[in-house]
This record gives sequence, structure tokens and C-alpha cells, in this order.
Amino acid sequence: MSEVPVQPVVDDSGPTPEAKAAAHSRRSFLFKLSLLLNGAVGAVLAVPLVGYLLGPTTKKSSAVGSWIGLGPASQFPVGETRLVDFQSPVTSLGDGQTAKVACWVRRISAEQFQVFAINCAHLGCPVRWFSESKLFMCPCHGGAYYEDGSRASGPPERGLFEYKYKLAGDSLVIHAGEMPTLATQASCNEKPLIQIEPASTATSTRPTPWQV
Amino acid sequence: MAGLKQRAIGAGLAAYNWVESRLGLIKPMTAAATHPTPASNASWWYVFGSAATVLLMLQVMTGILLALVYSPSANEAWSSLNFLNHNVALGWYLRALHGWGSDFMIAIVLIHMVQVFLFGSFKFPRELTWIIGVLLLLLTLGMAFTGQVMRFDQDAYWGLGIGASLASRVPFIGASLVHLMLGGPTIGGATLSRFFTLHVFVIPGLLLAGVGVHIWMTLFHGVSEWPMPGRLVRKATYEREYQELTAKTGIPFVPDAAWKDAVFAAAIIFAVMACAFFFGPIGPGGPPDPTIIQTAPKPDFAFLWIYAVLAYLPPSIETPVILVVPVLAIAGMLLLPVLNGEGERHWARRPVAVLMVSVIAVSLGIFTRLGAYTPWSPIMGAWTSEPVPPKYLHGRTPLERQGAVVLQNKQCRNCHILDGAGGQRGPALDDVASRLTEDQIIRQILQGGGNMPAYGKALNPSETKALTQFLETLRGPNVSPAVDASRDMTEPKTGPTGH
Ligand code: FES
Repeated sequence: MSEVPVQPVVDDSGPTPEAKAAAHSRRSFLFKLSLLLNGAVGAVLAVPLVGYLLGPTTKKSSAVGSWIGLGPASQFPVGETRLVDFQSPVTSLGDGQTAKVACWVRRISAEQFQVFAINCAHLGCPVRWFSESKLFMCPCHGGAYYEDGSRASGPPERGLFEYKYKLAGDSLVIHAGEMPTLATQASCNEKPLIQIEPASTATSTRPTPWQV
Repeated sequence: MAGLKQRAIGAGLAAYNWVESRLGLIKPMTAAATHPTPASNASWWYVFGSAATVLLMLQVMTGILLALVYSPSANEAWSSLNFLNHNVALGWYLRALHGWGSDFMIAIVLIHMVQVFLFGSFKFPRELTWIIGVLLLLLTLGMAFTGQVMRFDQDAYWGLGIGASLASRVPFIGASLVHLMLGGPTIGGATLSRFFTLHVFVIPGLLLAGVGVHIWMTLFHGVSEWPMPGRLVRKATYEREYQELTAKTGIPFVPDAAWKDAVFAAAIIFAVMACAFFFGPIGPGGPPDPTIIQTAPKPDFAFLWIYAVLAYLPPSIETPVILVVPVLAIAGMLLLPVLNGEGERHWARRPVAVLMVSVIAVSLGIFTRLGAYTPWSPIMGAWTSEPVPPKYLHGRTPLERQGAVVLQNKQCRNCHILDGAGGQRGPALDDVASRLTEDQIIRQILQGGGNMPAYGKALNPSETKALTQFLETLRGPNVSPAVDASRDMTEPKTGPTGH
């Protein structure tokens, strides 16, 4: 490195110490300039790279998901809590079985429902309903919830997550999308822009407007 | 003949010279391998680091071979593992090697760390070696967690759910973190893809680079000498003392010290092979179908203790503990050599260090043990599979027997043991009547308390009555039921007792 041949940019033919120093300071300036240049290019390059990486975080939670039918309301007897499977409305390529979702539907009266996420409010394990003791129990750390989803005991700090639901004609419809956690609650806060009518309502005899 | 031999040697030498004059690596590497090291550290206690490196090589090798068949798609991952287990020749053994290799690697890395800590080898001038080592431990655990996700079965699915739920507790950016981790709003194909990327590209890359730096620094500073009580590390003098010691007692690392490393590494690899052969591959468990809820998700061995801790943390402090304690623990490990870089190395003169290791090891052991049999989890099927023992029904009144039926039907035994069978979430009921008075039993059933939900809404009055009557009969032979002692004292008096 120390034996760098003298570049033609140096006027003098002999590599005097002064000339070396002048050339050095010029080259080191150019090197600093090149660092700056690379910094600038890197910063511009980072925008698409980081943007790509952070892509999933930019979607607003409330904008995720859509309304989805769970089938005719008549399949849920009043006073009972039943497990229902549905296909997640936000599935993407190659989700396989993980695109399926389960939820607990409790019918309180003819018009009143509660639709609970199966994900425990503690750390997301699947809770199970025990109709005799009227409790949801979690297999992971022993969280328990009452039939209305409120916390009964154990590590959860709150009750079960609930999906927003409506009755569309004869059909029970919920709003689903996010995996419910403490930060991404199950129910959506806003009315979605597009309401996808579930297939079962299309065949229903009297299409009623959505009831909130 | 002799001429031929001479010529062969000559040709070999020429070939070596040709390569080395172009490569320039053989000489410095030989010099590094044979560098003198103090005779005192040619010990069986100094073999864990090299064993961990050899295990890493095993993991890289088996991992590459598994990747030939594994399909990192949520659609196919689980089936491709079953395919490996059952349809690919020796696929089961490769999976077993990789799984057991991972458990062994975590164990050896931890032992290596404890040895370095107790021997005070993290002190000057090897602080940065320790810091890199801590990062290597974290990367190893990262490999273990992402590897568990690769198994993409029920446990992996719900393990991801637990991970996401933990991430969701971070203030402000919780939701974004969840989405970043899952690659979308739910666990699915994108989630597996990003964990595959971490497990196969990102973390191994960091791990290999880190190990390179770690080993380089070990060569640069030399392997620490066997600690002596009273021989203190001082920044001003340590390096000179170490050089003098090496000059006086030095032996070439290869072969005089390295043979122990080699023997131990071979033994460890053989142990992995034996475990893989006799115990077979780990999983996959049930398919990653979130609608199959008849499951009790559990993390892999290395994380059982976290699982147990999460069961015991009270809800009110859980989030702060989850967010703060790991940060403090990691910061503590990283800062240890900076804050404590000089002084005594020998464990006999460092009682706090020994105490810390013992306490941490015992706690990890206890929590892992608890995590293995989860006494806090309700046993979901206990009420159907375990009838009330007949001995608790002999000579009972019809009402009391009715109470036994209530106990059975209301799934009390999901959480309570009766005659050795049932959950351990709540206390055993065999002698409940000698611990609680009738009033206390009724109150506990109806209002709950402690860890028990209130059953007021789940029981009608006659069921409550029957259940209480039955529970009142549950006490040891010749033990009288618990009574409220204050009742006798207060009853004669008539005035209000004022509580
Ligand atoms: S996940 Fe349900 S109690 Fe922890």
C-alpha cells in the first residue's frame, strides 16, 4: 500500500514529500467523498428494502378482515355455546390448514349472541368450553372464563376476545381477520367499506339490511 | 525403491509448496493450531467450547440435508416432515440427529458458559469474547425457537400464537410487532416463510460469523489459564503474566491439549447419534390446524421453564415482567465482564458467583420440571375418565352420593385431585372437610376465590347442597370436620363482634 505508484495527476516528476502529502490529502478527500456517495446510495436503497420488510406492519388493524358467515342462526340453540369453524377471510397463498379459524358461538336469546375467539386472552392458546361447569378453560396455563367470556381465574388479565356479529336474515355473520391478541383485538372498530355478503344470505328469502 | 520414495516425497513437497505459496493459509493455520498454551488448561474442563462448535457443524450438515426434502410452505411443511419420517430412507434418522443435536447444543453451550463464568475466564482481556459468547447463546436459543416452528405442528402453531401474544404486550408498537412477526394478520404461510428465512439464512449466518470471531479472539488472547485462588487479574500485569506462564509451562495446543477436545467432541457426537437412534425424531405432533382444539400446546424442552414462569406470574405484573426482566437479564450478562473485569478468578473466592449459578440452575431446573408436568393446567378430560372412587361412596347418604355425581358432572376434577387422580390446579379434595368448615366450602364453591372460578351460576341450590354434603364427608378416617372456632366463642355473646 505504501508503494503506490505516483499518479500522473501529480505535476512534479519526482515524488517529493510535499507532493506525496498533497496527493494524499486529495485522495483521502476523494475517499471521504466516495464514502458519502455510498452513504447516499445506501440510504436510497434502504427505503425499498426496509419498506418491503416492514410491509406487514403498515396495514391498520381495523382495515384487516371482512364479514363472514357462520351459517344459519338456527343451528345455534338458545342457551348453548358451540364451536364453529370458518375459513379466514384474510388467507393468502399457501396458508393450508392454518387458514381455518375456530370460534365459540354463544346464543343468549333469539337476537343476542356472543362470538368468542378461541384464543386465550393470556397467550393465545385454544380455550375449550365445558357446558356443565359453564366455563371456558385454557390448557396452557390454566386460565378460566365464565360463559359470558369474562375472566374467572388464572393468568389472563381480561375476558375472552369477542368478534363483532350481526344477524343477516337467518344467518349469523361475524367480522374476522386478525389473530386476536391484546394489541390486535378480535372485533373491528369501524364499519368496513365493503361488506361481503355471505353465501347463505344470498339464498335467504328476505334480505334484510345489516343490523349493527 | 529408495529413489522412488524420495521422489514421491519430493513431489509431495513440491505440490505443498505450490499450493501454500499461492494460498498462504496453511502455515499460519498450523502455527495457530500448535500455538503454546499453558499446560494447566489442557483439562477436561476446557472441552465444551470446541464441542459446541462441532455440534454446530453437525447441525449445519444435517440441516442442509433436511432442506433437500423439507417444504417450507404452510400447506406442505407438516406433511413433508411425515414424509421424511416414513417415506424417505433414513429421513427419520436425519430428523432425529438434527433434533437431538439441537438439544445437546443448547446444553453444551450452557455448560460452556457456566464453566467460563465459574473459572472467571470472562475477565480481562477476554471481555469481548464473553460478550460475543452471550450473543451466540441468544442466537442458539433463536435457532431452537425457529427450529420448533419449522416442525410446523400443533405445538409450533400455538407456540407462534404465544410468541405473537407476548409481542402484542409491547406498548404502542405491539400490533406492528405482531404483524412483523407473523408476516400478516394471522399465522399462515407468510409466518412459516419468515421463520424459515430466520432459521436457515439469517441466524445461521450470524452464528457462524460469531463463532469465527469468538474462536479468533480465543486464539488472539490464548486460552485462559487454570485459575488459582489469590492470583488476581490486573489489567496492568495480566498479559505479561500470561505470557510468562505460557513461556514456562507452554505445550502445543495441537496435539498436547487438543486430544481431549477431540475425544470429548467424538463422545458428544456419539451421544447424539445414540439418542437419535434410540429415541427417534422429535415430532411432528398433530397437524397445524387451528380448529383442532383438543390440544395442550407445549414448547420444546429449552423453553419449558419460560412456559412455567408465564403460568405463575400474577396478571397484574405479567406484562412489565415479560418486557423488563429479559432486557435486564441480557444486559446483565453483557455487562458482566465490563463491570467485573479484574480481580479474583477462582470460584472458591467468588461466593456470589457460585451462589448465582446455583440459584439460577436450581430455578431453571424446578421451572423446567414444572413445565414438563404443568400442575397449573386443568386436566381437560379428568371428569370423564376418572370416576369418583368407590371408597368415597361407601356408607354415604343418598344426598351425599348425589353430591358425588355433581362433583363428577361439574368437572371439579379437572382441577382437583381425588384419590390421586385429577388436575392439580386446585388443592386435593380428599381431606377438604378437615381444612374448611361447611360455611367456607359453600362460600368457596359459590363465590370462588384464589384460583377458583365462582360456581354460583353453574350450580342450582340443590346441587350446591348435595355437593357440600358430599365434600363434608371427605376427611381422613377419625378426623372430625373443621369447625369455625370463633362460632363457639361468639355465639354465647349477643352483641355485634364488630368485624
Ligand atoms: S394461554 Fe391461556 S392461560 Fe396462558
